Amino acid sequence: MAAERTAVIGVGQTKYAAARRDVSMAGLLREAAYRALEMAGKTWSDIDAVIIGKAPDFFEGVMMPEIYLAEALGAVGKPIMRVHTAGSVGGSTACVAASMVQSRVHRCVLTIGWEKQSESNAMWALSLPQPFATSVNAGAGGYFSPIIRRYMMMTGAPELIGCMVAHKDRRQALLNPYAHLHQHDLTFEQVVDSPMLWDPIRYSETCPSSDGACAMVLVDEAGGDRHAGPVAWVHGTAMRSESNSYGGRNMVSPAASEQCADDVFAQAGIVDRRSGIDAVEMYVPFSWYEPMWLESLGFASTGEGWRMVESGATGLDGGDLPVNCSGGVLSSNPIGASGMIRFAEAALQVMGAAGEHQVDGARRAVGHAYGGGAQYFAMWIVGAGKL
Amino acid sequence: MSPDSAAARDPLAAPAALSAPVTLPGALAGAEPVESVCTPIRMTYTYTPGRALSRYLRAMAGKRILGERCGATGQVFVPPRGVSPLAGAATSEAVELADTGYVESFNITRVPIERRPDLEPPYCSAWIVLDGASVGFLGLVIDIAPEEVRIGMRVRAVWKPDEELETSAANILGWAPTGEPDEVITDYERIGRVEASDR
Repeated sequence: MAAERTAVIGVGQTKYAAARRDVSMAGLLREAAYRALEMAGKTWSDIDAVIIGKAPDFFEGVMMPEIYLAEALGAVGKPIMRVHTAGSVGGSTACVAASMVQSRVHRCVLTIGWEKQSESNAMWALSLPQPFATSVNAGAGGYFSPIIRRYMMMTGAPELIGCMVAHKDRRQALLNPYAHLHQHDLTFEQVVDSPMLWDPIRYSETCPSSDGACAMVLVDEAGGDRHAGPVAWVHGTAMRSESNSYGGRNMVSPAASEQCADDVFAQAGIVDRRSGIDAVEMYVPFSWYEPMWLESLGFASTGEGWRMVESGATGLDGGDLPVNCSGGVLSSNPIGASGMIRFAEAALQVMGAAGEHQVDGARRAVGHAYGGGAQYFAMWIVGAGKL
Repeated sequence: MSPDSAAARDPLAAPAALSAPVTLPGALAGAEPVESVCTPIRMTYTYTPGRALSRYLRAMAGKRILGERCGATGQVFVPPRGVSPLAGAATSEAVELADTGYVESFNITRVPIERRPDLEPPYCSAWIVLDGASVGFLGLVIDIAPEEVRIGMRVRAVWKPDEELETSAANILGWAPTGEPDEVITDYERIGRVEASDR
């Protein structure tokens, strides 16, 4: 039996900011949820189940927050399910929500991801002292910079490719009213001159710390057909994970990433990935991950991703494969929401509802998220029409 | 709703359901609104290392480095976590490793670490692959300026004085260059050694 066709009919985002002191965690989620319900033309009573995800509970120190948030999310007496795959969680949560409709368990689900970094300590919350390891790692930047260094050695890419990505994403964020960073006057030279935090990663090549939530309403085929507003049809979803340490592991393009991409493109029936996709929202918390994921996702051959960046191919302004038109994770990073924002922004592109950062005539878009030690992956492809 | 009206909507306007004014009960009139309360929390825990790590930590107290070999893949893990990810199997054979190896990749950190006030930025943290091991682990590179560290550079452990040794990886203060020729890295994508047992 074929899977039920599934559609996104509502997307809701909060304004992303360093600190949303005007709302509680529950208030933050309701802001995104209501916006998604409004766009979908739905009310709480239309929702069959709620699928929520966030990054580790240790960040805010609120354990199993889905239990306390059930009431705020209209889930009393309804199924609620928590998804937990580190930084990729927003993407995985959307995949799980889609599977609830695809499998005909539910007809209409609300899915939501969030983080309130102002009430948390994402840099150190997971750095618990362990007697078998020495405490020399300073957060995620410290973990990923050696991998980026290997990519630079492997490809011989020009040193400033990462700065080009960062400058592009921060410029594109100016077109997105929800983006956290709106650096109107940021010049390329300022990005280059910003201090090295985790050499070779500069301050301006690093994601900010944000509060925010992102929600979507997903419905079955009849619900998508009935909906009067814009619709994004799910053409494929895939998730993969792997251990982050074994001999011979490809750290630059992990096997789980490549297999996840192969699966999702096969589901969508896309052979030539670069020409088959009109917009990409990928998880780029540190600038160099744009060329790295371009290769891993098969948009460029191995060692050639940086050439796409250098040629401007990934810019909203004239590129053939615009990447992170919303400004991406480099401009807004409420961790548990960051993956779902990628998936939701991909949906907005094919709905034609992305506003000023819309890619003209976008028909098919990719949403991508990764997490942990580049070991958890979630991807989806959405289209303006049914597959 | 049509796409046109979606575009016309103010994206930052409060959702209708949340824009209704909140009316406080009379008893609270004039009360100072509290936006947030900071309540620091603390958790104390006992770490139970398990079989493989217990063996490793006890050996550490004697300045010996014990890894574990996977019977199925031949890969050697250090510090050993008791499992071989590729085989999905437990490791059982203890392997004593030299305290020498090479820098697989590194990071020059200019951010202070909360728990290490002794560590003054910039400092170099690196993945160290020990001779005979299949994968690297994180260590501090010392006795060399951070900007002179190279991928492939040979290093040796610098241990704490004997009277300060404990059952802890902190017995190794850092990794210092040996001055030997650099390891030749041929595949920058892949980490560690695939055929550790061949060495």
